[in-house]
Amino acid sequence: MRHTITLLVDNESGVLSRIAGLFSARGFNIESLNVAETLDPETSRITLVTSGDDFIIQQIIKRFNNMVNVIKVSDLSDEVRVEREMVLVRVEAKEGNRAEILRTADIFRAKVVDVGLKSYTFELTGDKDKITAFIELLQPMGIKEIARTGTVAMKRETKLQKRGEEK
Amino acid sequence: MARMIGAEMFFETLIHEGIDVVFGLPGGYVLKVYDVMPKYADRIKHVLARHEQGATHMADGYARASGKPGVVLCTSGPAATNTVTGIATAQMDSSPIVVFTGQVPLPYLGSDAFQEADHIGITRPCTKHNYLVRRTIDLPRAMKEAFYIAGTGRPSPVLVDMPKDVLLGEDELVIPESVSLRGYKPPKKGHPGQIKRAVEMMLAAKKPLIFGGGGLIWSEATPELIEFAHRLQVPVTSTLMGLGAYPPDDPLFISMLGMHGSYAANMAVHDSDLVISIGARFDDRATGGNFEKFAPNAKIVHIDIDPATIDKNIVVHCPIVGDAKEVLKQILELLPAKIKTDRKEWLGQIKEWQKKHPLTYNQNGDKILTSYVIDTLSKITDGEAIIVSDVGQHQMWVAQYYKFKYPRTHITSGGLGTMGFGFPAAMGAKFARPDKLVVSVCGDGSFQMNFQELATAVENKMDLKILLLNNGHHGMVRQWQTMFYDRNYSASKFEVLPDFVKLAESFGAKGLKAKRPEDLEATLKEGLSTDGVVLMEIFVDCEELVYPMIAPGGAMNEMILGASDVA
Repeated sequence: MRHTITLLVDNESGVLSRIAGLFSARGFNIESLNVAETLDPETSRITLVTSGDDFIIQQIIKRFNNMVNVIKVSDLSDEVRVEREMVLVRVEAKEGNRAEILRTADIFRAKVVDVGLKSYTFELTGDKDKITAFIELLQPMGIKEIARTGTVAMKRETKLQKRGEEK
Repeated sequence: MARMIGAEMFFETLIHEGIDVVFGLPGGYVLKVYDVMPKYADRIKHVLARHEQGATHMADGYARASGKPGVVLCTSGPAATNTVTGIATAQMDSSPIVVFTGQVPLPYLGSDAFQEADHIGITRPCTKHNYLVRRTIDLPRAMKEAFYIAGTGRPSPVLVDMPKDVLLGEDELVIPESVSLRGYKPPKKGHPGQIKRAVEMMLAAKKPLIFGGGGLIWSEATPELIEFAHRLQVPVTSTLMGLGAYPPDDPLFISMLGMHGSYAANMAVHDSDLVISIGARFDDRATGGNFEKFAPNAKIVHIDIDPATIDKNIVVHCPIVGDAKEVLKQILELLPAKIKTDRKEWLGQIKEWQKKHPLTYNQNGDKILTSYVIDTLSKITDGEAIIVSDVGQHQMWVAQYYKFKYPRTHITSGGLGTMGFGFPAAMGAKFARPDKLVVSVCGDGSFQMNFQELATAVENKMDLKILLLNNGHHGMVRQWQTMFYDRNYSASKFEVLPDFVKLAESFGAKGLKAKRPEDLEATLKEGLSTDGVVLMEIFVDCEELVYPMIAPGGAMNEMILGASDVA
């Protein structure tokens, strides 16, 4: 199962490699890893997406909790949450398809951030599926380069009721 | 506040932390530390090891024998990489050591400067935490935190990397009064609800068993453990690391369990309906390695200070995260003074197992058996010595035949199985407990991995005994080749061995040897009662195998009891 884990950590050099090292030591894969300073310059928030069975995830979380630089660990997988990632895509833009590319981008509400004679560059934010769908649609038109951030996530304030769930 | 250079802060902080001995070796980037060292010589003893691995095992042995952190000081690059085996050894057995390494000046970091290595990166997987100190003023704080992290929670190694310019820089000495780390809050007491549940399980169990580990020794829980076992009338078995935590002559003690554990202990685990694990992590050598076949009828209560060990190898029914001593105190508060359940049948069954296949050997030939040597050593010293074993067959015979009366008297490399650990660790133990007889028991294979420390031992005029069991082989390798590799003795025999007695004498130590069974006792008695560093070389039978044994992956009740069980 895919898990989105967020960690509040000390904003110090080497912390990220401690986190990543835990995965490499056990041969686990990290799907994506994001890190940036929080409001408090002494701490950073890491969003990490990985997959594994419950046992593996439980072990990973326990080991994160054991790290001196890790202040808080939350597995958001079972939480109601907001998940976003961002992508920058440069698409080959030839005479015949410039309009179609723009139309596609418009449907996804992607922003044009660079225009040239040979290409457009778009910025798009959304959940993983939306980003993937956008890339797949642009692919036949000729993607020259992409830069994807991977997921950042946050718990929602109000827990929305799931369908069929009673209060 | 006094102004001083980083190198002086280093010693001031060590003294503040109550450290009085440092095991180390000088070198380029820590020379300033060695330069100011004479000023502190009356308060801090420096033991000049001959190899950084030796220094690290010494610090580890010191920590295990005293319970206080062991300290290593060495330079950068090759010195730091030499400590890695020692650090990993300490990590696997939860021993608190703090390793201080010199580092290239900050502007050179990452430039592949002379004797530069990424100490932080290299030691990250085998330390609990590590520090690269970037400012002189931060050195005492980093050191204080390092000692705090190493010695609290699950004890473990910590490394502090000190660039040369940090050691040379001058600033005010600020040693923080206390340590507060947002991400590190080691647990102490167990959850009261879980403790209540555990006590209910204990009172309901018909065939409970205590599975004690090294955590009992680190938390100094022996008095509580004895009280607990007696009140609940429950048999006690021990992992390799837990030996010494429970008195061997107590009728409830059923010896070590696991790969080379006693028949009674392993059968008891297999048959038990409640395994109460305290300070043990269900290592594969203790459980037989086949976790599905382990204690198939038992519920498991797991008491451990490290939450990451819970459910790691074995699915636990009642986890309690906390310090073994504190948790046992909490349990004793809830446990009635006398339990109503009758344990006659269960304890009777265990007695029967003990009688059926006791640990035994048959010393009747011309060749000396190692089991006989260890049994004799145990009798001569009356279990009063600190025995530091190395790794291999002799290590298992020490665990089986030496009757360890007290905690911190059995010191060995359990988790990593580091050959070469024993002799330097014995030196560390002797520095920690100069009042005790310390015997380094090693094989010819393991002694050859760090015998250069003989020089250190003689230089420090140590009263240290080395019992070297020479069978001319890598004995445990040979045993596995005998049992599992069709007697293909590939690369397990030493074609060349030194004359160990002459070797010891060349360092200024005393050497003795025994080749015949009838000479053993006299040689041991002479060696143990002679002052100074004494090496007793005993020539033992290379054909002897350690029994009983659970083959890797076997269940606890599938034991190979002797040669007749081997195909």
